[in-house]
Formats: sequence, C-alpha cells, structure tokens
Amino acid sequence: MERIYLDNNATTIVDPIVKDAMEPFFCQIYGNPNSLHSFGTETHPYLKLALERLYTGINANEEDDIIITSCATESNNSVFMAIYHLFVREGKKKRIITTQLEHPSVANPARFLEKLGAEVIYLPPNKDGIVTRDMVKEYLDPDKTALVSIMWVNNETGLIFPVREIGILCKEYDVLFHTDATQAIGKIKVDVENAFVDYLSFSAHKFHGPKGVGGLYIRKDAPFIPFFHGGEQMGGRRAGTVNVAGFVGMGVAMELANKYLEFENTTVLKLRNKLEDAILEIPDTRIIGKRELRVPNTIFASFRGIEGEALIWDLNQKGIAASTGSACSSESLEPNPVLVAMDIEKELAHTGVRFSLSRFTTEEEIDYTINVLKESVSRLRSISSTY
Amino acid sequence: MAKKDIIGGALWEQYSNKVAERMNNPRNRGEITEEEAKALGAKLVIADWGAEACGDAVRLYLAVDPKTDKIIKAKFKSFGCGTAIASSDMMTELCVGKTIDEAMKITNLDVERALRDDPDTPAVPPQKMHCSVMAYDVIKKAASIYKGIDLEKLEEEEIVCECARVSLRTIKEVIRLNNLKTVEEITQYTKAGAFCKSCIKPGGHEPRKYYLVDILEEVRAQMDKEEVKKSIQSDEFKKMTLVKKLKLIENLLDEKVRPAIKKDGGNVEVVDIKENQDFVDIYLSYVGSCKGCVSASTQTLSFIEQTLKENLDQCIRVFSVDENI
Repeated sequence: MERIYLDNNATTIVDPIVKDAMEPFFCQIYGNPNSLHSFGTETHPYLKLALERLYTGINANEEDDIIITSCATESNNSVFMAIYHLFVREGKKKRIITTQLEHPSVANPARFLEKLGAEVIYLPPNKDGIVTRDMVKEYLDPDKTALVSIMWVNNETGLIFPVREIGILCKEYDVLFHTDATQAIGKIKVDVENAFVDYLSFSAHKFHGPKGVGGLYIRKDAPFIPFFHGGEQMGGRRAGTVNVAGFVGMGVAMELANKYLEFENTTVLKLRNKLEDAILEIPDTRIIGKRELRVPNTIFASFRGIEGEALIWDLNQKGIAASTGSACSSESLEPNPVLVAMDIEKELAHTGVRFSLSRFTTEEEIDYTINVLKESVSRLRSISSTY
Repeated sequence: MAKKDIIGGALWEQYSNKVAERMNNPRNRGEITEEEAKALGAKLVIADWGAEACGDAVRLYLAVDPKTDKIIKAKFKSFGCGTAIASSDMMTELCVGKTIDEAMKITNLDVERALRDDPDTPAVPPQKMHCSVMAYDVIKKAASIYKGIDLEKLEEEEIVCECARVSLRTIKEVIRLNNLKTVEEITQYTKAGAFCKSCIKPGGHEPRKYYLVDILEEVRAQMDKEEVKKSIQSDEFKKMTLVKKLKLIENLLDEKVRPAIKKDGGNVEVVDIKENQDFVDIYLSYVGSCKGCVSASTQTLSFIEQTLKENLDQCIRVFSVDENI
C-alpha cells in the first residue's frame, strides 16, 4: 500500500541531499574532532562549514554562540536549568513567564522549576490562539522576572506567535527571552537579530535533517551555565563528543530549509489550502486558528461527532499518517490543551486532528487524502452517537 | 520503568486483533427503530451514557422480549476512540440472548476479556480501560429504563467527577473489582479526575463533595479490614499470626465463655499461647472466685477447650497454669 505522510510536525523525512552529505562521516571521516591527529582535524572544515550554515540560517552574529545539542528538548532544558542556577536558586529573580501552549519540553522543565521554587506564569492564549506582547507585558516585572519563554510556532495549530514584538518588549525591560523555534525553522523566516531573542532552540529532524541533533542559540552576553558537564566541547558549554554526522546533516538541512522557504510559502501553502478548503466543505468541520496567522504547512481540524483517534486510526488503515493531541491517542486522558486553552466548545476538545505537510508532499497525495477523509468522516459519523 | 517501557508510542500495538477488527468493522453498529422492535415483538430501550465533552459517549439500543425479559437484538452508536467502538460492539454482542438481569451483570472486565486474543494478554493498554467501563454503565442505564426505575434515584447516584460523569458507586466498584491502589489508576479506569481535576483532591478548580483521594483511602481501608476478616474466618487458623490468634481467642472467650464464668464471680485470662507442630496450646489462668476451685480444672477447662475447638480449630488444646490444679 502506498503510504502518505502528513505528520511533518512530528518529524520529517531526511532530505536525500542531507543523507548524502552525512554519509562520509560514518566510515571514512570518523575521527573525533577533539583529537590532535589527522583523523580528528580532517573533520574540522566540515564542521566549520556546517556551523557557518547554521549561523547564516538564523542570522546569528559572530559573537553569539550556537551550541550543538542532541535535540530541542535538550536545548530547552539547558536554558531552564541555567536560569534556575543563575537566578531562581538564590532567589534573585524567581519569575518565569511562559504560555499554556508550550511543548512538553518547555512545559515540564517549567513545572520542575516550580517545584524548585520558581514562580511560573502560564499565559493562556487569546481567542486567536496566541499570546501577545501586551499579555506578556502585564506580568513583566523586570525585578522579578528571570526569563520569558514563548514558542515561535505552536506545534499543533501551526499558529505563529508575535516573537519579534515580545523580543523587543523583553529588550526594553531588560529581561532574558527564550523561544522554542522548533516548528518555525523551514516554515517561516527565523532571524534571531530581528526578533531580539537571547536563546533559541531548534531540532534538525523537524526540517528534513536527522534525528538526534539540535541546536541552541545563545546571544553574546546572555548568561549561561552548561547542562552537560564533561569535556571542553562547544567551548565548554556542552560537553560530549559532538554528533559529527548529525551536525553536518543539520547544517545542510538548515541551508535547504531557507532555500525552500519561498517554495514552502507558495507551493506547500497551496496544497495545504487545498486540503483545508476540502475539509471545510465537509459539513460541521472547523479549522483552529486563522489561516493568515499560521505557518504554511499545518491544519488543525475538528470534525464534529468524531473522536480524534478514531479518525486517525481510520486514516492509518488507508495508509495516511496524521496525528492528534487529543485524549485517546496520547498516553494521558487529557483533552487537547490548546483547544481547552483557546476556549473552544468543550464538545470539540476531543475531535482535533492535525495534518502537517512538507515540501515532499505531492498534489496526488492531497487529492487521495481528501477522498479518503470524506469517506472516513461519513463512516464514523454514521456510527456516532452524538452526530 | 523497564526494558519494555523504553520505546514508547506503542499504544496501537497493544490493541488485540479482535479490538482492531471491531474498530474497523463493528458488527452491531447502528440503531434499532421502533418499527423493527415492534416487528420482533419486542420493547425498544434506548440508553445514553457519557458525553462528547469527555471524549466518550455511547448510545445503546436493546430490543427486549417483554415476556421473557430476554434481549433479542442489540445495537450501538458511539462517539469515541477506536477502543470505545470495539468495546461497545463486544458489549452489545454479550447482551444478546441474555435477560436484562443477566446482562446487568456484564462488567467492563467481561467486555475486555472477550476482546482478548489470548486469555493472558489484555486486549487494551491500561489507559484504555475506561472505554469498557462505559459499556458496563450503559447496560445498567438501559436496564433501569426497561424496568421503569430511576437509576440515579434508586441508587442515590452521587456524581464524583462531573466532567466525566463518574459516580461514587462506579468509582468504589472499579477500585474493588480491579484492586486499584492509586488515584492515577482510578483516572485511567474511569476518567474521573482526568479533566478539570477538581475531584482529585481539595484545592482544585472548584470545591467538590467527594474527592478521589478520600474515596480511595476509605475503600482501601475497608478492603483491608475485609481482608483481615476473611483471613480470620478462613480455616487457616494455624497459619495466622499470634496476634490474630489471640484476638480471636479473646473474642470467643468474651462471647461464649466469660459471661458464664462471670455469673459465678470469676474470670479467665490468657497467659500464653504456644504453637507446636500439630497443636496450638493455650494457657489460661483463673481469677476471682474460680481461683482454687477444683471444678474449674475439669469441667470448665474442657468446656473452654470444646468451645475453642468448635469455633476456631480442632488443633487447640487448653491448659491451666494455676498451681493447685
């Protein structure tokens, strides 16, 4: 059976160009970059090039740092633990401002810091599903606030947060600002200078790079304490032999992500809109979040009368991969936090299904998906007790 | 945590083939119309349970023969995940051919067991158990409608979790039936506490009359008591701890021996218990007017021994430690 992958916010296919670029670093150029001999040093030009691509990719300055981590989760945890040791532990500044919509890799470190004495403010989104500058400002007491951490793009809805406005605000108030840009890179332009961020996390596998490698941008002069202690890698900021192949792959993936940004916002957008329009043609459906506020690849749809997992099960039977953050598909029984926070009708909290496209998605795939989706929705509604 | 937990995301892989098959092709989905029921000479019962807001809702249609109370046909509709659909489907199948009273005895565990591929492997992972709990509730609801009695009024149904509409009765029953030990498990089985969390413990979103932590504590305490009682009542007297043995002996003496002796102004005390290979030897001492009375050594002692033997265990022997006997 031909399968169709519409779960690109979970992970993406590695671009074959990326894979080819990584290939030599397994059996040919396998030295440890920290070794003094030729096996070690011959990796350096490749690592320098990869780093260059990352700096260019997010418009970082020479004086800033981008440290290579294992994933965005590690990057996020590194920032939160550094903030804890620098400010919270000694009671200098105990407040952290974040949102109710963060990925668990921000939400759970925040909860953990709460246990260690931090005062964490979880901002609920407005009716548009985002958190605005003014909402942050309300709690932004510079004497108390150690960190503001707001995601750039929400993983479930694809809604873009006004990171630049919040960055300017934090700059004005002299408060450190972190953003989890995991879902932003490759979908919209990510520019650390333009957005005034102090820390920024990303993960290669969300933009057609390999799994197991990510990055953390740290602005010059932004304070930091390492999360991993050990060797002197990454200038002492992240110990552990770097994932050479992953690092190289991430560099290429970043370059491609920016190269395809235009394509993403024209061709992928068109396909996404085609699917979205088709969904809206089905009666009693809705899409969460205004189209113009979302990244070009994401649809978070609700089909009245159909529980989310039942629908993605059905789609999976026909070879289509979509996802749901709702109760029944995840390990927990919680209704979708985004829908709850956005104050969408309670009845719809379990009906959310996410489709996320990529530059590898074809029009044939979208056409097939539309047909299957219509069939599935009508089958499941025919057995629904509430439709 | 263990090796089997390290690679996550195996939710769907834990569904049995029967569950998967019924998710794809439920056999009894749909409804029974009034006309259909009439044609079958049956009374139609329609019962709803759950709510869309909770993520699960089911509607059960039963065609019941009014003469025999037998369920002739059963159908369902469901808003729910695949496992909710599969358990509803199995539940309707289990209903057919049973009388209403028999069907009321079908529990969520029966439904889950019927969905297993092999008897030792659960049909669904634990967090999906709540789907079959609902199947069980809806049958009771249907039965109450058929019998024309108000389920909530009759059973004084107290709702503990409003979000998931879970009753005090259900929670207590689920704790007992599944031997649940934590609030998290109650949530997994019933969905109570999964939403606004107010009902978990005081201090949540809104104050509640009942809290899961208290219910759990109460039921567990009750279960422990019953466990002790059961072990006491069982014929394993010899295997009991010394404390339990003594308690039982004391109780029995209070109940059957002391009243008679006290009439004569005397009393009896347990001084020691010795456990041998074949016997449990109880050493007694007389106090008050019994002390020194010769008859105590013979008649009273054998009366006590007989009483203990009959009520507790034949291995009991009773001795007096009083010197002059």
